Amino acid sequence: MAENTVISAPKEKEEWFGKKERKLLTDPFNDNNPITVQILGVCSALAVTTQVYPSVVMAIAVTFVTAFSNLATSAVRSYIPKEVRMIAQLVIIALLVTIVELFLKAFNYAIWKQLSVFIGLIITNCIVMGRLEAFAMANKPWRSFLDGIGNGLGYGAVLILVSVVREITGKGSLFAGSPIEWKIIGNTSAYMINTTAEGSWFGWYANNNLMVLPTSALLLIGIIIWIQRSYNKKLVDIS
Amino acid sequence: MKKALLHFFERIEPDKKKSPLLHTAYDAFFTFAFTPKTVTTDGVHIRDGIDLKRTMVYVVLALQLCYLFGAYNIGYQHFHAIGQYPGLLDGLHLKLVYGLIKILPIFIVTHVVGLGIEFYYASRKGHGVEEGFLVTGALIPLLMPPDIPMWILAFAVAFAVIIGKEAFGGTGMNIVNIALLARVFVFFAYPTYIAGDEVWVSGLEKVNGVYQTAAYGGVYQFFDGIFNAWGWDTFGAGGAAVIDAYTGATPLALGYQGGWEKIVATYSVSDMWWGFIPGSIGETSKPLIILGALFLIGTGIASWRIMVAGVFGVAFTGLLFNAWGMTPFMEVPWYYHFYMGSFLFAIVFMATDPVTASSTNRGKWIYGFFIGVIGLVIRVMNPAYPEGWMLAILLLNVFAPLIDHYILEGNMKRRARRAKAAAQ
Repeated sequence: MAENTVISAPKEKEEWFGKKERKLLTDPFNDNNPITVQILGVCSALAVTTQVYPSVVMAIAVTFVTAFSNLATSAVRSYIPKEVRMIAQLVIIALLVTIVELFLKAFNYAIWKQLSVFIGLIITNCIVMGRLEAFAMANKPWRSFLDGIGNGLGYGAVLILVSVVREITGKGSLFAGSPIEWKIIGNTSAYMINTTAEGSWFGWYANNNLMVLPTSALLLIGIIIWIQRSYNKKLVDIS
Repeated sequence: MKKALLHFFERIEPDKKKSPLLHTAYDAFFTFAFTPKTVTTDGVHIRDGIDLKRTMVYVVLALQLCYLFGAYNIGYQHFHAIGQYPGLLDGLHLKLVYGLIKILPIFIVTHVVGLGIEFYYASRKGHGVEEGFLVTGALIPLLMPPDIPMWILAFAVAFAVIIGKEAFGGTGMNIVNIALLARVFVFFAYPTYIAGDEVWVSGLEKVNGVYQTAAYGGVYQFFDGIFNAWGWDTFGAGGAAVIDAYTGATPLALGYQGGWEKIVATYSVSDMWWGFIPGSIGETSKPLIILGALFLIGTGIASWRIMVAGVFGVAFTGLLFNAWGMTPFMEVPWYYHFYMGSFLFAIVFMATDPVTASSTNRGKWIYGFFIGVIGLVIRVMNPAYPEGWMLAILLLNVFAPLIDHYILEGNMKRRARRAKAAAQ
């Protein structure tokens, strides 16, 4: 009978790095950004974005954790019993976060101190857990790995955007604490634009203290969301 | 005459499709001058001669006395600091002109920035400019210290209008008071310009550790020329040193240091009452604020419930602090808290904003009372924030919808119970 005949679809050739895979990497930058669209991981975005350098380190750390936890979870996804999958995922994440933390402690103690508890808190970062639940538990390892990298970088992009604005307007510097520190505007001669210099055009300038407070990160993320939705009509939900 | 003017206005009306921005601007000024012809026809509405613009103009009118005294007080404080013209009416022309030179740029910058943003968004959205900025623009200069740099002011106004109002959907949709949002922006972003002992008296600069008046610039020289021609006193060159032991501290700062004795050692009670003390431009004179309050209550614009509840809140907390008496500032008699700082200004002009305040009658009592309580707690207990009304009002603005919600729920429950009892 016709109903019983199973027409086996011609097996699609698995592409190593095709259109779908590229989409996994680029989507999190705009259409599916973890912070501005999924609204995940906002808490750490408020806390670490005072300066650019810690944000970059944080972005790399989160990308590392999401990518490899996605990979590992996806690899063992059919062996995890449904009832204990959260715990199993957490063990994987905790392992990776511990690696990151020990690595930073050993090679860059200053930045570890600055990021302090937030490195440990990557465990609870919703992006990691969210991608495991939403993607890695249902997809193959290689694609999960790409999804992890994409989401980590999408998170990092917003982080760096916010921190650049916050550091320039709040402290007058860029990449402070890193080997390539730029001092842009301030009231000593160490800065490129010295506001106290004789005949300076910028004698009126003052740093914006609001930008040092976490509130400003929330405002900036809100403004980014506003701008993003005003040109990307796909994201506007009419409900 | 009026008809001819109306006819003229109708003739110059720009085409709405061809130039939306021009039409928006035209519409704003036209409806400001004349009541528009269009009326609501459908739905249940109260049809009344008073509309949003007429309502807001009443508030602006109520603020005029504060403006006048604010301009005078800027000059008075300036000359008081250097010990010139000690009498209230001595050198009146100098004090007024000095104050006006300070206050006019603040007023103009506020309106250019605020109205510019308002016009832009109105033409973008394709509706008329609701004169929402009229009251905000009149309030913001009164909340600022006289020496506020213009670029900070422009930033603050832009921030408040864009983030506080346009992001939420324009006039009447804002959650927190826009004028206070502008002030809170300056307060957190540039604290050295709006807090401390040095900002409330204008035109002073520190040279070798001693305060002296800054040099009077071109505008003052221009007025000096006029005064010279009439044989009046002139500003001179500037550089006069301040009087001995001058600090510029406000009564609140002094109260925190040494309680009531320290306050009255510098400022007399009548000075504080009439407003001859340093402070934000519009907040100092209590009788003029009360006059404005009576005007607003009389015309039915502002809610007397919020004002009375606020006064109760301050009195209650003041009495509580008097009984506690842990720090010298807590021992300040509770009724003197009305003399210092900006409580009256805040509760009359800020807390009663109909958009952000509670809208149920019982909600207004709760809203006003807690503004009084929280504001005074911040004033007395927290040395980092010398005055608490700004933060208290913003906090209660956020809570106002919640208060209203529970008042309505309670009302519904009571009526349901009553209906049930009647049915039985």
